Amino acid sequence: MLEFVLERGNYWAIIGLMMIGLYIAFAATNLIKRLVGLGLFQTSIILFYISLARIDGGTAPILYGKDYGKSKGHGDDHGAATDHAGDAVDHSANGYEAATGYAAEGLENIYSNPLPHVLMLTAIVVGVATLAVGLAIIVRIREAYGTVEADEIRSMDLEVAISEAASEAEESKAGAV
Amino acid sequence: MIEFISSLVPEDIAAHAPALLVVMPMLFAPIAALLPNGRLAWLLSIVATAASLIMAITLVAQVRSVEGGAVISYAMGGWAPDAGIEFRIDALNSMVLLLVTVIGFLAAIFSWPSVKAEIRDAKRAMFYAAYLVCFTGLTGVASTGDAFNLFVFLEISSIATYVLVALGATRDRRALPAAGNYLLMGTIGASFFVVGVGFLYAATGTLNMAELAVRLQDVQDNKAVLAGYAFIVVGLGIKAAMFPLHQWLPNAYAYSPSFVTMFLAATATKVAIYALVRFLFTVFGLEFAFEGSTLIWILMPMGIAAMIACSFQAVFQTDVRRTLAYSSVAQVGYMLLGVSIGTAAGVSAGMFHLVNHALIKGCLFMALAGVVLTYQGTSLNDFKGLGRSAPWTMTAFAIGAVSLIGVPLTAGFQSKYALVSALFENGWWWAVAVVMFSSLLAVVYMGRILEAVFFRAPSNPNKRRQEAPLIILIPLWVLALANIWVGVQGGFVAGLADDAAAALFIGGAP
Repeated sequence: MLEFVLERGNYWAIIGLMMIGLYIAFAATNLIKRLVGLGLFQTSIILFYISLARIDGGTAPILYGKDYGKSKGHGDDHGAATDHAGDAVDHSANGYEAATGYAAEGLENIYSNPLPHVLMLTAIVVGVATLAVGLAIIVRIREAYGTVEADEIRSMDLEVAISEAASEAEESKAGAV
Repeated sequence: MIEFISSLVPEDIAAHAPALLVVMPMLFAPIAALLPNGRLAWLLSIVATAASLIMAITLVAQVRSVEGGAVISYAMGGWAPDAGIEFRIDALNSMVLLLVTVIGFLAAIFSWPSVKAEIRDAKRAMFYAAYLVCFTGLTGVASTGDAFNLFVFLEISSIATYVLVALGATRDRRALPAAGNYLLMGTIGASFFVVGVGFLYAATGTLNMAELAVRLQDVQDNKAVLAGYAFIVVGLGIKAAMFPLHQWLPNAYAYSPSFVTMFLAATATKVAIYALVRFLFTVFGLEFAFEGSTLIWILMPMGIAAMIACSFQAVFQTDVRRTLAYSSVAQVGYMLLGVSIGTAAGVSAGMFHLVNHALIKGCLFMALAGVVLTYQGTSLNDFKGLGRSAPWTMTAFAIGAVSLIGVPLTAGFQSKYALVSALFENGWWWAVAVVMFSSLLAVVYMGRILEAVFFRAPSNPNKRRQEAPLIILIPLWVLALANIWVGVQGGFVAGLADDAAAALFIGGAP
């Protein structure tokens, strides 16, 4: 049981962060704090994807041939370098195969799955845009209401709604008469 | 007509229609932002949406050229699907794309007087840029065949929507908290969706929807897949304003600029429902163990709860916009009810109602925008006696209203009829009773407005006869006549919906 828990430590951490973020986003009355919670929530999703992609001992997804170390050690010839260049062209053609875990022939390197990393670059951009728009809206709220507390804003709106309804009722009464 | 327009498009362009449909408004958006004044940006947005509309018509023609509906697969940037991002258009997509582009085009035409009155001069060009970005996102969601790409487009459209809603602040400051709330809920929804996609990716190793559908068959009982399913349904449910998750919608609709309300009501939730249906039926499929129980225990009760609770809420609103907003949530309930039947007839009825509701709400909110423009008020009081002072606007409004209620010879009747017969076929006669009851509530809340419009003396006798400008009246009447056309001769739209449902059930893969 303990092993089960410990083996998945990363996921527990992510779930914890995610729930904290979600709770702040719902429960905080301060609008800025809500956005902080939202940011935490989104960031924990990024961690989730990244930890899906991880492999023990994995590095960056750059493939090289068997003689990679050698040619570097001897610092030798031109020919080996062009060989690598040729290889590289091959890999990019087989990039998909490599990404899905089929090792292309003659290549070494254990690497983390690059796709979730790339997806998360996009998600980071989306998150930044959302936060920026959210903060801009909060700035406007501060200008219009003079506060960033959600409950104060709600009570102000309620007062407006009540006075509107009252004037409405009066108008319709006047109309009936 | 569809064949004629699509025959005018050169073949080279028609081959790239799926990409051009989405890319053109996206490229026009930054240009619109740079334009010196709003009027040019308005013309540009008409051009952009018209181009998208032509592409959508081409796609519909291409899909319908094959008996039973062709499937167009477009590899973005020439990268073969599964490795690259695929745009995949079948009968269902092409229907939703046609709907979004038609509404987007009409909305773009009618927008100018309304935008001129409600948006400050300096902001107008940017406003149209945001509109085009929103339009891009919606069409992108409707055409992509890649799960993560769908998330990106969903967020593109949503972020633009938050901006558009917040711009209602020049008229009423309450637009700002409404937009903030929408941002919070919408982002949580999209994040839930992306968590779900992450689970599916972990279990299958692919993001392509067609490929996901194949690979999910083998890992149906995997706990990660079940969790992913739940996250996706809830996430898209928030975006689609599924009943208990709809709290963002009434305020966002009530306080945003009238043009934005009209566009969002007719397209945004519809596209989210499309995405939900796509995931329920294409990606997971009816064989998926969880699905049957989700349909019966989640979608159906929530649909029915929406139909009753939100119709009641609509009855007690004093503001016409809020009435219509709550009614929108109730109508989403009809669509979910149709989908939850889980048969081809049911899904077809749901999709049919989706299209019709877009036509109805487009018409109603457009008329409302006309009233806001001429009389600056949306409360029931402001509507009194409008039948005499703005007969053309209000007649179109009345057509939309009776169509919403479901009076024969209107679009609303056709799709409710399809829904009711699908329910009977499945033996859910009690659900038919609920549909009837909810329609009665619609009679009450729309009847209140119509009564005020046509049978009450104006509360303010100084109001002179003042019609909405012609540029609003023309698209408004196009939508109103579309309601009648679908109602009298519903064959075309019903055929599209049938093909869409058939594509989901027979084709298996999208």
